[in-house]
Amino acid sequence: MGIVVVAALFAPVLAPHDPYDQVLTRSLRPPVWGGGSWAHILGTDHLGRDVLSRVIYGSRISLGVGLGACLVAGTIGTFLGLISGFFGGRLDDVVMRVADVQLAFPFILLATAVMFVLGSGLRNVIVVLGVTGWVVYGRVVRGQVLALREKDFIEAAVASGCTRAGTIIRHVFPNVSSSVIVIATLEVARVIIAEASLTFLGLGVDPRIPTWGSMLADGRQYLAGHPWIATFPGLAIMITVLGINLLGDWLRDTFDPKMTG
Amino acid sequence: MSRYLLRRLVHACLILLGVSLVTFLLMHLTGDPVTLFMPLDSSPEDVAVMRTALGFDRPLHLQYLTFLGGATRGDFGSSLRHRQPALGLVLERLPATMQLTMLALGLAVLAAIPLGVVAAARRKSSVSLLAYLLGLLGQSMPVFWLGIVLILFFSVNLRLLPASGRGTIAHLIMPAVTIGTYSMAMLMRLMRATMIEILSQDFVRTARAKGLSERVVVFKHAMRNALIPVVTVMGLQLGTLLGGAVITETVFSWPGLGRLLIQGFNNRDMPVVQAAVFVMALMIVFANLLTDLAYGALDPRVRYG
Repeated sequence: MGIVVVAALFAPVLAPHDPYDQVLTRSLRPPVWGGGSWAHILGTDHLGRDVLSRVIYGSRISLGVGLGACLVAGTIGTFLGLISGFFGGRLDDVVMRVADVQLAFPFILLATAVMFVLGSGLRNVIVVLGVTGWVVYGRVVRGQVLALREKDFIEAAVASGCTRAGTIIRHVFPNVSSSVIVIATLEVARVIIAEASLTFLGLGVDPRIPTWGSMLADGRQYLAGHPWIATFPGLAIMITVLGINLLGDWLRDTFDPKMTG
Repeated sequence: MSRYLLRRLVHACLILLGVSLVTFLLMHLTGDPVTLFMPLDSSPEDVAVMRTALGFDRPLHLQYLTFLGGATRGDFGSSLRHRQPALGLVLERLPATMQLTMLALGLAVLAAIPLGVVAAARRKSSVSLLAYLLGLLGQSMPVFWLGIVLILFFSVNLRLLPASGRGTIAHLIMPAVTIGTYSMAMLMRLMRATMIEILSQDFVRTARAKGLSERVVVFKHAMRNALIPVVTVMGLQLGTLLGGAVITETVFSWPGLGRLLIQGFNNRDMPVVQAAVFVMALMIVFANLLTDLAYGALDPRVRYG
């Protein structure tokens, strides 16, 4: 995990080559242990671009989209969950029915459809994954708020003249924030996979930008004979997601052993 | 039970209404829907005539009601590319996708339950460690990459299985494993966690104190109870599996609903997209309803709660 974050932050320093640099005379070189040279440790792709540099730059997009989308989803979901759970009534009904309708679509289907409507591009990917991902935050936060609302300290806050907005911000939110952090961590992992899937299907980030999803889509064409092009970005995704999942599991066990994601 | 059934049915119908609204809006959110039905160089007069002919000049809510009426009769219009009824195309592809997802679910359950049970019953064993690693890896691997790795290994290197297409059982194996792995990992982790919790409960201690063998305690007393949440989650897996199918079918060129949908998106063939999206959502709502009912039947606390 740490390595991936460092790679994302210091990509220009760490990458041995320009990830966009195409040199057709050095295309499809194997990795160093497969007969390649140290100049391109993980080999080159069909356009002669350095695979290692592209994997390093790809971490920026993956982590950027992961964090960005979770920030959007977490904000929407937490807000809706808080007001829905606290106020209840018709508002709660509407929010929960919208969540139900959204859950009736496979996540990737909804994301594909919205991407299709908005058009591809980095910003749209973050918006789509953010907007389609709020339900899990909304449901968990609402559930917890419903339980918290009955507690004495919330009643005391209301009785002592605290406004409803103030009660939510100062008394309810701090009590659900640890759950939100745990969900957000696990969601970053899911969002990274979703972004790669969308890009792989040709609906995500601009295919010219080095991303793990687009590298996999390119590499798929060259599987026979040049498997390294698709192998390394896939490994990068897996290791990143694995690291985030482990962190999420650990956070969950630490904050709340009873919670099931 | 009948009140519970009625409540769930009404709930499912409400969700379906929402689903139909979203599906309807898909057509309008992509821009002026008339342009989808006409060549790019059409004159404004032709566009106006077509707009009236197709009814796109009417108020949106009336258009929605027409769409809803059509959808309930199974009429989503004709595919712009194939010149055939869109629903017919979808239903033609549906068996291929169902075959894949059901096999995937079957494989996932067959692997997940025994592994989860053994991992919980013998928490210090190598099986437990294996289950832990499989669970982590299974949930961390992107579906399409797993597909690519399987193709690389079994088709390119070993030449054992075909890399694409449909026809024989050999064609089914890799796509089904690809789709099912995530659900397998999830179900196994759930089975293991539930079993561990149940094995620490009083009735299990009583069963052991009675002198029952560990085998009977684990398989008869604990596993039966642990299966309740697993069955529930299993029913809810259909959405994940269908989502996985959309990507996996592209990787393996599997002629199913997912591939039809992606092709529909790429060709801007909205009637096909609408029909495919609606049918998928319908199946998920139905599966969720069945799961709710099964849960109600298995666990009496739910019905009256």
